Amino acid sequence: MSENTDNNILEEVTSGEYKFGFFTDIETDLAPRGLTEDTIRFISAKKEEPEWMLEFRLKAFRHWLTLKVPEWAHLHYPEIDYQDIHYYAAPKKRPQLNSLDEVDPELLDTFKRLGISLDEQKRLSNVAVDAVIDSVSVKTTFQSTLAKKGIIFCSFSDAVKNHPELVKKYMGTVVPYTDNYYAALNSAVFSDGSFCYIPKGVRSPLELSTYFRINAANTGQFERTLIVAEEGGYVSYLEGCTAPQRDENQLHAAIVEIIAMDDAEVKYSTVQNWYPGDKEGKGGVYNFVTKRGLCKGQRSKISWTQVETGSAITWKYPSCVLLGDHAIGEFYSVAVTNHFQQADTGTKMIHIGKNTRSTIISKGISAGKSNNSYRGLVKIMPGATNSRNFSQCDSLLLGSRCGAHTFPFIDTRNHSSIVEHEATTSKISEDQLFYCNQRGIDTEKAIGLIVNGYAKEVLNKLPMEFAVEAQKLLAITLEGSVG
Amino acid sequence: MSMEKDTLQQTQTLDEMLIGQYRQYKELISENDTPHLRQIRENAFQVFEKEGFPHSGTEMWRHTDVDALTEDDYVHELKAPVVTENIEDIFQCDVHDFDTETISMLNGWYTSKTGDLKTMPDGVVVGSISAAMKAYPELFEKHYGKITGSESNGFVQINTAMMQDGVFIWVPDGVKVTKTLQIIKIINRKEQLFVQSRNLIILGKNSELSLMHCDDSVDHQASLVNTVTEFFVDENAHLELYKLQNLNDNSALINSTFIKQMANSTIKTNTLTFNCGLIRNSIHVKLDGQGAHADVLGLYLMDKEQHIDNQIRIDHNVPNCTSNELFKGILDDEASGVFNGYIYVARDAQQTNAYQNNNNIMLKSTATINTMPFLEIYADDVKCSHGATVGQLDQEAMFYIRSRGISADNARMLLLYAFAADIINEISIEPLRQRIDDMVKKRLRGELSVCEKCVLHCGTPDKEYHFDIDLSQI
Repeated sequence: MSENTDNNILEEVTSGEYKFGFFTDIETDLAPRGLTEDTIRFISAKKEEPEWMLEFRLKAFRHWLTLKVPEWAHLHYPEIDYQDIHYYAAPKKRPQLNSLDEVDPELLDTFKRLGISLDEQKRLSNVAVDAVIDSVSVKTTFQSTLAKKGIIFCSFSDAVKNHPELVKKYMGTVVPYTDNYYAALNSAVFSDGSFCYIPKGVRSPLELSTYFRINAANTGQFERTLIVAEEGGYVSYLEGCTAPQRDENQLHAAIVEIIAMDDAEVKYSTVQNWYPGDKEGKGGVYNFVTKRGLCKGQRSKISWTQVETGSAITWKYPSCVLLGDHAIGEFYSVAVTNHFQQADTGTKMIHIGKNTRSTIISKGISAGKSNNSYRGLVKIMPGATNSRNFSQCDSLLLGSRCGAHTFPFIDTRNHSSIVEHEATTSKISEDQLFYCNQRGIDTEKAIGLIVNGYAKEVLNKLPMEFAVEAQKLLAITLEGSVG
Repeated sequence: MSMEKDTLQQTQTLDEMLIGQYRQYKELISENDTPHLRQIRENAFQVFEKEGFPHSGTEMWRHTDVDALTEDDYVHELKAPVVTENIEDIFQCDVHDFDTETISMLNGWYTSKTGDLKTMPDGVVVGSISAAMKAYPELFEKHYGKITGSESNGFVQINTAMMQDGVFIWVPDGVKVTKTLQIIKIINRKEQLFVQSRNLIILGKNSELSLMHCDDSVDHQASLVNTVTEFFVDENAHLELYKLQNLNDNSALINSTFIKQMANSTIKTNTLTFNCGLIRNSIHVKLDGQGAHADVLGLYLMDKEQHIDNQIRIDHNVPNCTSNELFKGILDDEASGVFNGYIYVARDAQQTNAYQNNNNIMLKSTATINTMPFLEIYADDVKCSHGATVGQLDQEAMFYIRSRGISADNARMLLLYAFAADIINEISIEPLRQRIDDMVKKRLRGELSVCEKCVLHCGTPDKEYHFDIDLSQI
């Protein structure tokens, strides 16, 4: 293959502009810039929250003031001015929740362009969608189907209003507001999010799904998700994220908490394709997320699957605390970075209960001038007899100006446990390309094929609807990029 | 009221004491320095004064308790005491059938009957670093303090600022040293000593050197040893470095080794840790010439409350270099182990091939292991892989061996020995390999650490150690 075609292909990839870069002109209701106790009272008042919720926010805010920005991640970005951000943005024309016809047509159009138009989803895909646009839940579907089973699936604000006892009982038990800088920030200013409760012995008949989207300029999105699966419950939860093209960086600091009781299983899948910034590295979303699941009961299972293709900065470590005996934690990840994107992502598996098992499969793909790091912790506590971990972290480099890094931490305090970690770093070999070329597959398609094969182990873990989207996303981001 | 407090003597932390000493005795410390070296000292001191020792909050030191070490009281000698005893009377390394040229350091000071600096028949210069500074200023200007680099920690800085003695070896171009050189460092004092030593070892083009570096203690007195060694390995040169560490349980050893490799040079280092209270080995290999290769190996066998921390960093700064890293460890009782391997591949260091592996066996649940195999890669045409495992003896293998009539103890020994053999078999000097082999077997039986008089002075040369296994039964 000549140097020239190489360059052309690279050019093509790097010039691939953000596909979802459009801006919906909906009047938004903004909180004034800056963060003070008044901002928090404003948010809380806007959302008509009870007193205890406000107290929780204020406690978190006061704690946040004492914290320093963590700097250990392999990420470089200018300091964020937390006083120059709008901490609340809600669409002013708040749509009615009775029928789709009453939803703002512009909003519906947004969803259509995202490929998740609500009616389409409703009719065809058997997926209940709780769409969150700029922090306020606009539309919840299939609620009645779920209600019949006793499943609660609603926006976080509704849960605070309608199920305060559940929210009080579980909120902050997996990720306390003292957990880290961004968790404290989120706890203080979180705008909305989703709440899901699976009662004892119920298997959710639908795959629950939310769609996050950052719309207004200079607004941080701080959503909070809480999923509780009671004994024997099962739910598969999907989260998708996009943001319109904007020049200034947008801040996103979310919290996801999952609690699984005895024999419960929660599957959490994410496809994140937020605006990664343009090819000069200008703009893009800063994504600082704290996701953690607690396998509280015996034989409980929490599985994280993520496809990360967006965001200028990703700081995200979906973790499992394996507290119950025989609990299982899983983490499957594909992280793709291009242009000037930086990702520092991985997981933590904390083994506390006996016979706990965890699996980590992480596939990093770096292209352009991006940096992609895997950072993970496997911790075996003294009581975690016969626990088992297997980790595999592979990196694929496309182009000679990117970086791929692996930072695993293994901390073992029990001699009957077995921990294994392996990692490789490589590029797509000339042999593989030649083999494909020789069979009449052009280089561009061959790369798509190889990358998809490389990521297949993870993509296979995604629910059907997402797997298709994720595969397309991979193809779009990396089409023909060969080093 | 406050009377009690006032009468209590204010104890100084180690860094306070050292800063005070430097200010007061600067002239004495730097009496042999050229202006160039004096400047290096001063720069290092300023950094140390500002940053001090690493502490429990420093990321790379998180798992090693240095706070307790640096807050203790130590005696730090600034003048070499008059040695009355003959070093061979206190300590003897009896690697039988193994003839080495020994260089002795007692309590951090170079001791030799034949003078401070000598030139061997083959042209190799061996001696005290303080004597070499005056004799070879141009070599020091070229290499000294250059290999450590600027990213060093407080222990390296204070060593650079206050070092007074150590070993200097210069192998001129084309010289192949046939006899293994052996540096023996012994601590033998009643006081709790803080000892610093600084070594500079230069291998010229096409030269060869094999070096043993033994750290030993002869009694059970506590000490803190802070050693910094710089190696410069020029084009086509070959270095073999064996580090044997066998100190008492009250000793702490901070060992920082920096190796700079030029084109087509090869090195093999083997760090064998048998006993020590707290030990931190940091080895930083800089592959600065194309075609260079580094083998960095290590074995650690720890028990009781011993702590081992191996920090291995390999920088692939240029294309076409290869490196291979393998560290194996067995931890028993309350021992704790830390391994941090770091492979760095610079932008455009294409065709790099780097491999890193750390395997651990934990014999008891009270032991802990932290292993962190890191990769940081900025070039695409590379092959880098790493692995880390933590586990225990394979029960099926145990069963297999026992089913052949071998006792549980012997079966366990056999498996542990087989685990360690990967590293032992990499020792290319046969008598040394046999000797280490014996030491490992004894260590696994718990016999090595019970030797009262001298932890390395172990038994008569003709005593062989064998497994009590009837091979015909297998």
